[in-house]
Amino acid sequence: MAMAIRVFLLLLFLSYSNLAFSLYEDQVGLMDWHQQYIGKVKHAVFHTQKAGRKRVVVSTEENVVASLDLRRGEIFWRHVLGTNDAIDEIDIALGKYVITLSSEGSSLRAWNLPDGQMVWESFLPGSNPSKSLLSVPTNLKVDKDSLILIYSNGCLHAVSSIDGEILWRKDLATEGIEVQQLIHPLGSDVIYAVGFVGLSQFDVYQFNAKNGELLKYNSAVFPTGFSREISLVSTDTLVALDASRSILVSISFRDGDIGFHQTHVSDLVQDSSVMAVILPFKLTGMFALKTNSIMVFIKVTDEGKLEVLDKIDHVKTVSDALPFSEGQQAFALVQQGGSKIHLTVKLGHDWSSDLLKESIEMDSQRGLAHKVFINNYIRTDRSHGFRALIVMEDHSLLLIQQGEIVWNREDGLASVLDVTTSELPVEKDGVSVAKVEHNLFEWLKGHMLKLKGTLMLASPDDVAAIQRIRLKSSEKSKMTRDHNGFRKLLIVLTKAGKVFALHTGDGRVVWSLLLHSLRKSEACEYPTGLYVYQWQVPHHHAMDENPSVLVVGRCGLSPNSPGVLSIVDTYTGKELNSLGPVHSIVQVIPLPFTDSTEQRLHLLIDADWHAHLYPRTPEAIGIFQHEFANIYCYSVKADKGIIKGHVLGKNCFLEVADEYCFETKDLWSIVFPESEKIIATVTRKLNEVVHTQAKVIADQEVMYKYISKNLLFVATVTPKAIGAIGFVTPEESWLVVYLIDTVTGRILYRMTHHGSQGPVHAVFSENWVVYHYFNLRAHRYELSVIEIYDQSRADNKDVWKLILGNHNLTSPISSYSRPEVITKSQSYFFTHSVKAIAVTSTAKGITSQQLLIGTIGDQVLALDKRFLDPRRSINPTQAEREEGIIPLTDSLPIIPQSYVTHGLRVEGLRGIVTIPAKLESTTLVFTYGVDLFFTRLAPSRTYDSLTEDFSYALLLITIVALIVAIFVTWVLSERKELQDKWR
Amino acid sequence: MRAKNLCFFLSKLLLLCLCFYILVSSPSLAFQSDELLADDEEFGLEGARSPVLDLTVPIQPSPHTQPTIQTQTTRSRSLDPDPDSKVHLLLEHAFGDSDFSPAGTFTARLKTSSHGGQTLTKLRFSRNSFTRTEEQEFKKLLEADDFYTIRVPSNVLSPPGRDYIISSVKARCLPRNGLDEHFVIHMDGVNILAVNYASPRACPYPRQLKLPAKWSFNSHTVLKNSEVAPRAPLFAEEILGGENVEFEGVKPPERSLWAKYWMYLIPVGLIVMNAITQAMNMPEEQAAGQSASQPQQSMAAIQRGQGTAVRRR
Repeated sequence: MAMAIRVFLLLLFLSYSNLAFSLYEDQVGLMDWHQQYIGKVKHAVFHTQKAGRKRVVVSTEENVVASLDLRRGEIFWRHVLGTNDAIDEIDIALGKYVITLSSEGSSLRAWNLPDGQMVWESFLPGSNPSKSLLSVPTNLKVDKDSLILIYSNGCLHAVSSIDGEILWRKDLATEGIEVQQLIHPLGSDVIYAVGFVGLSQFDVYQFNAKNGELLKYNSAVFPTGFSREISLVSTDTLVALDASRSILVSISFRDGDIGFHQTHVSDLVQDSSVMAVILPFKLTGMFALKTNSIMVFIKVTDEGKLEVLDKIDHVKTVSDALPFSEGQQAFALVQQGGSKIHLTVKLGHDWSSDLLKESIEMDSQRGLAHKVFINNYIRTDRSHGFRALIVMEDHSLLLIQQGEIVWNREDGLASVLDVTTSELPVEKDGVSVAKVEHNLFEWLKGHMLKLKGTLMLASPDDVAAIQRIRLKSSEKSKMTRDHNGFRKLLIVLTKAGKVFALHTGDGRVVWSLLLHSLRKSEACEYPTGLYVYQWQVPHHHAMDENPSVLVVGRCGLSPNSPGVLSIVDTYTGKELNSLGPVHSIVQVIPLPFTDSTEQRLHLLIDADWHAHLYPRTPEAIGIFQHEFANIYCYSVKADKGIIKGHVLGKNCFLEVADEYCFETKDLWSIVFPESEKIIATVTRKLNEVVHTQAKVIADQEVMYKYISKNLLFVATVTPKAIGAIGFVTPEESWLVVYLIDTVTGRILYRMTHHGSQGPVHAVFSENWVVYHYFNLRAHRYELSVIEIYDQSRADNKDVWKLILGNHNLTSPISSYSRPEVITKSQSYFFTHSVKAIAVTSTAKGITSQQLLIGTIGDQVLALDKRFLDPRRSINPTQAEREEGIIPLTDSLPIIPQSYVTHGLRVEGLRGIVTIPAKLESTTLVFTYGVDLFFTRLAPSRTYDSLTEDFSYALLLITIVALIVAIFVTWVLSERKELQDKWR
Repeated sequence: MRAKNLCFFLSKLLLLCLCFYILVSSPSLAFQSDELLADDEEFGLEGARSPVLDLTVPIQPSPHTQPTIQTQTTRSRSLDPDPDSKVHLLLEHAFGDSDFSPAGTFTARLKTSSHGGQTLTKLRFSRNSFTRTEEQEFKKLLEADDFYTIRVPSNVLSPPGRDYIISSVKARCLPRNGLDEHFVIHMDGVNILAVNYASPRACPYPRQLKLPAKWSFNSHTVLKNSEVAPRAPLFAEEILGGENVEFEGVKPPERSLWAKYWMYLIPVGLIVMNAITQAMNMPEEQAAGQSASQPQQSMAAIQRGQGTAVRRR
């Protein structure tokens, strides 16, 4: 009996706990997808080893070094370096190591080419920041060891490629030289370091490669000075521009004797009114000069004379020279016209002939070609073939071979800036009967297979078939709205200014749009995307109107630069309207009002604190004027340590009258003392739904949550504690957290954590805040929770009061009423450091919540909110236990099964977005970083629906079997009764 | 002497038990407080009732540790050798978009603790009453449902500090009988972080236009300092000894007898009920068998009789 009770208790425990969120092996990929990206490629090095598959090694702007399959573009291996570990250069050494130089030339690493294991790592010290150069000379051997030459931080280093040991080191910073190139002439032991001292002096150093001995030093002064860009034409000739950019100087330094040869740009190019720029392509015997839109290729003769080879229009980019069979070199040119891209491969010495000329149809949404890398191969007829890797404006990567795009990678998705969602179209014709009948057999077959699976009769083939059916279920990737609200479009804005619509079912790109307003142009030099907002969400006209999103960006990097706006239809992916450049944009406030076409009203705040209303229609003004007095906003000036509240005032006094522009005036201000610096501010999500204000606690008491949309969580630390952990003692570092009402500027709660410091990551939901910080005294990370309750409603407990209507539950809530609040707070240790925190959100807010924590290991951990309940105590009473209060522990448990990302990693995790599904129990989670990950979560399990793999066939068969059994037993009993009667 | 004062104080503030607690638990504060009582009676009542009043929280030393008092207005006792000195804070107000003008003065005692931290205690407030023009301006605000704004310097010792602290309220929230106002001043050492200025009562939208009966202010002031966060508990070893942490976390709660054993109790109940009906039927059948001639006895009874007969066999 005791055993039975124990088993029963265990069962109860299992059914009771929803903590252990986990899934079975065969459920992976059913409702989640994971996409791996690398980002915009900066450098590519081809590796054509005879044995094994062909690969290309790339480094990207997302600090990724990766090895890609040349045939299909898949990732063989990939390493994401830290955010402040940008890769400067990559190369291949010894034919088996990938060498990366990163962190402004201070760390050098070697990775094993086949599998990406790190072989060695060297730290290159140096104090003067300078250009970082990496050179891996071929045939430069020192005692069977190949040298790697690095110039970084003002020092020249020679590093062994076998173990990364620094063989010798020369400090050139003391000489004042800024080294521009490292040159190693083939077959010699001499290294040339050439560069400029000051503005006009040109220096050449010659070193012995074996021991770093300075062999020769030459210097010459060019009176008019140099502009910094140079192009290396051969091992002893350079071309540079003078300071006025009107004279080309070819510098020869054969045997250390420096000679200048000047040529006026106007002698070579007639239209020289615009500044000439030497392009940094490595070609031999020639260089490329860009004036206006024309690219001029200029040959340098042995005497240093310059000859124009060709002037080509519409050239987008040129590859570096690639040596192929003996002494021959080739390079590629990419031109773009209309929707076509023209790839030309030319021989280095012979301009007139083309090795290859191809035209490829290119999707206009990919924009212009930004970079090209070429690689050669031997064709089946033993001639030389070339393939080109092209990086486009939208950061995508394409491989072109034989006039075709062999593969492409949408690597723009590695740099997601903002995410919003859009519903899919409503299914218009309904499900046709014919379709069901057509599928009936398939349907039955599928269910029979599932039945076999459940009854454990399935053979391995059947199991595979079941898995295939489940994964390929066409249901989940349909382009229509579903009953449960699982199918949606994720509208994603990327750094390249491209908007993607991803289907939540399988993560495919439904459409993509390179926004014209976010492309580099004359008017807009540095366009940056900022946010995406839902602009129009039709409910009343859902059948015949499409939803749209508002994309906000700005032209430039400072907050004062003019903004650009565009509105994009989310079904067709067409730009409906674009505005800009307009006023600057520092803040966007979506208002809770919509006009008759269900366009949401937005307030855009500019740098002068004028508020601009969008859409700019008289109707919008009408709606806005009606609610004018109740619109408040706030601004956080983190650098000054001031938070201010504002209210809208009169129309702006501008040169041109603008009735959609309003002035703001200060309503309140909070000035933090100089001993505090703002490091984090968090608000509640605007679209969050709270089911009930009341929270019933153990002894049938009720607590009322203080639910206000206007609460702001602010965390400040001492100025000393802003840096990294470990640079400040616990005595001089403290963290202060605030809860502030943003309408009145009222500080509702203020608490100091002594001996703690940031970084602070926080999430605000309903009436609670959870934040993560570092405790210096305990040497551990901590998670703290603050819950805030409304006391003014706390005395509505009497039933009679409620019946007689003698209560204040229906009284309106106003920020101008003095709130009677109480707060509860508790802190716990937490093992991980955190990259992002989010909370699950459901349609009605009934389901219990889970915190989603993006850990340092780039995974997402789901932690039940019940663990962060400030009412936890060491020995909860019986009643409290019944309510579900967990006994207090000092640290939060990390249950391996509760990783939402299970075995996968979302490399470079930056953000977690939760979207409620229509089904109350379920929430959709989208995680982005360099990778993308999407899944569906049910924090309290799917209590409101059957699971997808529910076997309807088994249910039907059971019912049929039961009915048959009833009839059989009935007949049998009839018969028996008859026999009995006859007896 | 002190006891006498205390008694006097207690008799006055018997209801305010929390304040009492603070006073009793820290004798030095209690000593100072009786002075305050003699001067200003109404002040502090509101604050005392508030459970968050805490004037004794030690403040971290701020950059302004020199007690140089640059009060722009009136007397200062900086010559006084004792570390406690009086400071004055000018309160200014503005009507809608108008400029700021003086509206009152806060007076407080600056207390320097032994470790160098400075705190303000014994805050008093003297409010200037409205002049005739100000009354007119305030009426205009009431009609337009506009904001009445106040400001104070952000640093007590060197006003205005880095910036002024502004706080506003809809003018229509203030009038009751007189003009009711409520200040909550958030301090950090000698710095003022924020002032929450509001009416002490609810003020929901839409606000009705109501003129005050008399143009005098009824002010309440509360000083607030930061709370210190509770330390994370450190007891892993004692509590969780060798127990499984996960299981500890989610022990199923104890349930009542019914909740625990309902699946046993229901069949038992059914059996019992069945047995009772059986037992009820038995005498009935016997009765039926005996009085078969009765006309009321229907076929059912006969059948039942047969049934029982069959069963008996």
